[in-house]
Amino acid sequence: MSRVFAQARSGLVYAGLSLAAFVSIFPFFWMLVGTTNTAPDIIKGKITFGSALFDNITNLFAQVDMVQVFWNSTFLAIVGTVLTLAISSLAGYAFEMFPSKTRERVFAVLLLTLSIPFAAIMVPLFVMMAKLTLINTFTAILLPSIASVFIIFYFRQATKAFPHELRDAAKIDGLKEWQIFLYIYLPVMRSTYAAAIIIVFMANWNNYLWPLIVLQTNENKTLTLVVSSLASSYYPDYGVVMVATVLATLPTIIVFFLLQRRFVEGLTGSVK
Amino acid sequence: MAKSRIGRAEQRNGWLFIAPTLVLLGLFMVYPIVWSLWMSFQTGRGMNHSFGGFTNIIRLTQDPVFLRALTNTGIFLVVQVPIMIVLALLFAAALNNPKLRFRGFFRTAIFLPCVTSLVAYSILFKSMFASDGVINDLAIMLHLMDAPISWLGDPFWARTVIILAITWRWTGYNMIFYLAAMQNIDKSIYEAARIDGVPAWARFRYITLPMLKPVILFTTVISTIGTLQLFDEVNNITTGGPSDSTLTLSLYIYNLTFKFMPSLGYAATVSYVIVILVAVLSFLQFLVAKDRKA
Repeated sequence: MSRVFAQARSGLVYAGLSLAAFVSIFPFFWMLVGTTNTAPDIIKGKITFGSALFDNITNLFAQVDMVQVFWNSTFLAIVGTVLTLAISSLAGYAFEMFPSKTRERVFAVLLLTLSIPFAAIMVPLFVMMAKLTLINTFTAILLPSIASVFIIFYFRQATKAFPHELRDAAKIDGLKEWQIFLYIYLPVMRSTYAAAIIIVFMANWNNYLWPLIVLQTNENKTLTLVVSSLASSYYPDYGVVMVATVLATLPTIIVFFLLQRRFVEGLTGSVK
Repeated sequence: MAKSRIGRAEQRNGWLFIAPTLVLLGLFMVYPIVWSLWMSFQTGRGMNHSFGGFTNIIRLTQDPVFLRALTNTGIFLVVQVPIMIVLALLFAAALNNPKLRFRGFFRTAIFLPCVTSLVAYSILFKSMFASDGVINDLAIMLHLMDAPISWLGDPFWARTVIILAITWRWTGYNMIFYLAAMQNIDKSIYEAARIDGVPAWARFRYITLPMLKPVILFTTVISTIGTLQLFDEVNNITTGGPSDSTLTLSLYIYNLTFKFMPSLGYAATVSYVIVILVAVLSFLQFLVAKDRKA
């Protein structure tokens, strides 16, 4: 009796998970099918592969300077990730390694700013960038994002698991503090950095609201902005939009699958 | 003597290492917050403004568009966050069973939506929910409904699409947090419970859930903040329509500043509504969590 019950329950679990997996994957399938169909077919909901892939690609490259746009997104994402990790991991390390009462209070204030939504600082930030004549520059995109309280917090939590004996030993060997950070801490914390790379790279690559406000000319636009503006016309050419969407999604998928194992390690390590 | 010199070096390094962060956050976080507070008491259009006292706050209470944006944001919050967290918990509990087959596949599949950009998936949803689009086709084929629904043309269904979309994008993300936390729970507790004959649902209710409380609180706060800031999805799926039925506070601030004749002071006031909501709701959630412990 209870075996029948257990079997029914396990059947229910598999059915639920299969449905969830189907719903999760379907939009990706829809996106890939869409790249091969014409706009009218996509709007009519055609879910079989068509023959318009080549046309869609040529149309996209005719409408948008894709090389420039792809470069803009790549540049911002990579430079942004490197700067964010450098500045924010240094701070997270220091808050944990050099304890002091004053810095503890500073840290508490930083944590409070986590609850400030971006919309609340967007208007003054824009006026500020306008006064500094930084509108329509990559500098204006990068500056507000590289000191990330979330990443500082994440690195501080992860640093709690960093063995202090390593630092003491390195000190006895005569290493300076910055050398300890660079040559001992950094290699040991590989998994933490990998997880942080995924989080920051995706956030930068997918960043929408702030670039939408700041980047105003076509040659400075990012892929996310282009996808959005292609799809927001009154009669969007969805075949073209789908090709652009695939291009916008591929890099984050690649980064995720390359670093996936380290991501889970880094995440669970930081929870402990 | 030697010890105090080391102490002083530590102090200096401590400040040096966090100096870049402090400069950047001071300039691009603290300063804008203070400025925003000051601006929220200014009235006027464009760059001409003057001190208006509580004018903006009075305007808030009489602005039907603001009240609608507030209501919409509240609806998204109250309906979407609980659905997503319950789903994420159920998936995590199912995937935590080591005897489950295709575990890796299910986990990756359910997490996959998180790698898409908010703009990209919004556009996929917009095209799938077109009035003679694929969702209508599939639903009619499966006899879930008789006639196609004008998803994005009807206020109720437009809100439903937004809620479905956010749930699709973020459930797997929350699930990963729960899964990581479940794997940190000592297996011997479950062993003991099983030997004592505690049924599976009770083990989930009385062991797993209490152990996960800090993580559930964390994800609830994060999701609340995220929903209060909702912008990318509504701007790309519905642009706030039809007739402002999916307009959110963030989208309204954006419209006030960059679409209409800019009224920066009033936009700052609306943005402080979000700040206050985030503060109050986070505080309430901590309070509720603390209460349950006692």
